[in-house]
Amino acid sequence: MIIRSIYTMTKEKNMIEVLNINKSFNEKKAVDNLSFRIEQGSIFGLLGPNGAGKTTTFRMMTALLKQDSGNIFIDGKKIDRDEDSIKKNFGVVSQHFSLQSEMKVWEILELHGMLHNINKKIRKNKIYNLLKFSDLYADRDKLSKNLSGGMKRKLMLIRAIMHEPNILFLDEPTAGLDPISRRDIWALLKELKKKGLTVVFTTHYIEEAEKLCDEILLMHKGKKIKKGIPKDLIKKVGNYTVETYEKGKLQCYFFKAHKESLDFAEKRQEVNIRKSNLEDVFIKLTDVRLGDKNEI
Amino acid sequence: MRFKAVLWEEWIVFKRKFWKITSSAMMSPLLYMIAFGWGMGKDMTVEGTPYIVFLIPGIIALSTMNTSYSAVAVLLNIHRLYDKTFEQYLIAPISIYQIVSGKVLAGALRGIYAGFIIIAVARLFAVNIIISLPFILLMFVNGLAFASLGFYAALVVNSHADMNRFSTYVIMPMTFLCGTFFSPEKMPQFIKKIIYFLPLTHASQGLRTLATGGNFKMTNLIVLSIYFIIIFLLSIRQCYKVTA
Repeated sequence: MIIRSIYTMTKEKNMIEVLNINKSFNEKKAVDNLSFRIEQGSIFGLLGPNGAGKTTTFRMMTALLKQDSGNIFIDGKKIDRDEDSIKKNFGVVSQHFSLQSEMKVWEILELHGMLHNINKKIRKNKIYNLLKFSDLYADRDKLSKNLSGGMKRKLMLIRAIMHEPNILFLDEPTAGLDPISRRDIWALLKELKKKGLTVVFTTHYIEEAEKLCDEILLMHKGKKIKKGIPKDLIKKVGNYTVETYEKGKLQCYFFKAHKESLDFAEKRQEVNIRKSNLEDVFIKLTDVRLGDKNEI
Repeated sequence: MRFKAVLWEEWIVFKRKFWKITSSAMMSPLLYMIAFGWGMGKDMTVEGTPYIVFLIPGIIALSTMNTSYSAVAVLLNIHRLYDKTFEQYLIAPISIYQIVSGKVLAGALRGIYAGFIIIAVARLFAVNIIISLPFILLMFVNGLAFASLGFYAALVVNSHADMNRFSTYVIMPMTFLCGTFFSPEKMPQFIKKIIYFLPLTHASQGLRTLATGGNFKMTNLIVLSIYFIIIFLLSIRQCYKVTA
């Protein structure tokens, strides 16, 4: 009885469990023995530079790709392409604008509703409410190919939540969007979190991860580098970063207190003191910047 | 409902692109009819029937094949590799069986539509052939077989350029060899054996027999059905493995 309740408590806490997954493409390891857990109701970010294995991990979590080994559990059930009960439980916003170009905005939502077996009357109501919620109501009769990037992303987002999933997966949801559209998406995600959704997304934008995530997983070369709360990770590295050029190369030094960083900077020329961010955590742990693949 | 959703998407796109689909379905068959039927074969007879009457069932078989195959293969390949909309099906709670069935049925119906366009055009030019229920059934099964082939090809082939190559090596030879424009009876024995092994031969032969008032040959339907079932099952298997 006690064991059962502990199990139930753990299950409730961990909405997603990724256990020792591996994936290779042409003998090149894309994901290397990756394990992590995601708590129910949290916003969880997979952060890393291009080629870190974020999208591969994302695709395995959404059954779009099968892992070579290891297991992924969603709400206690093993992920599988033909497992309808798991698929009902999540919504997906992929990196590409995966919208049928010859279909109108409302038709795209209608199709999604039909695929999720939502009753016609409820479907109609939901489409109306979601279009209002996302400010796309006036564009409901436009073909999706005629929408802007931000509108397409919003449409993908409301499509993904139309069947009221418990988990929302987003792969680089704001890539290529202008700052206003990006903030709109952030606001929508925060709103969804308030409604109790577990949000999992990949990103290589530092600001996005810091602003949105309750927890992040830093990835590099398919491996887990660190997992934790953004503020805690930054605090561990040091809240202040001093940037300076040494032998023509940008070097970063990390300090816990502002005074320490000032003392250090005093002894050098051409320095920049700033508050540390997640990129600094990444630099400290990997010697690689998030923005590019070059080692610093 | 979920199977209906797959068909509904195809219906919406069909309605939206009705004139493009209709005109492109007419183009090649019309040219074949004009060039080979009324041009080259005006005063010809084959197996005792005027060449144009011989030709039209062959063109119907050909058109059903091409349209069913292309409607599924080309679009699905684009949806899988380029605009990634095929992902929507893979992440939805719909069984793989329903996805394949919906897409293949939609492709077969498009094939029948293309077949009826040819019949209508032929009627316009006062070429009357007999249309019966077995005739429509054979057109439909021919469509199912080639729509399944289109589905399988779209999942196996990993670039659009290779899709064209697949058509060149698989669809193109059937277009000309499978009794569409001439009777395969005159071909050398070993080529004849290969030709009779191919599905389109059974479609054109069966449709021609029925169009000219002959008796329905069960063999034609059985061969096409076997092709359909095998390729359909292969498509389902491939759909489990495919990476969107």
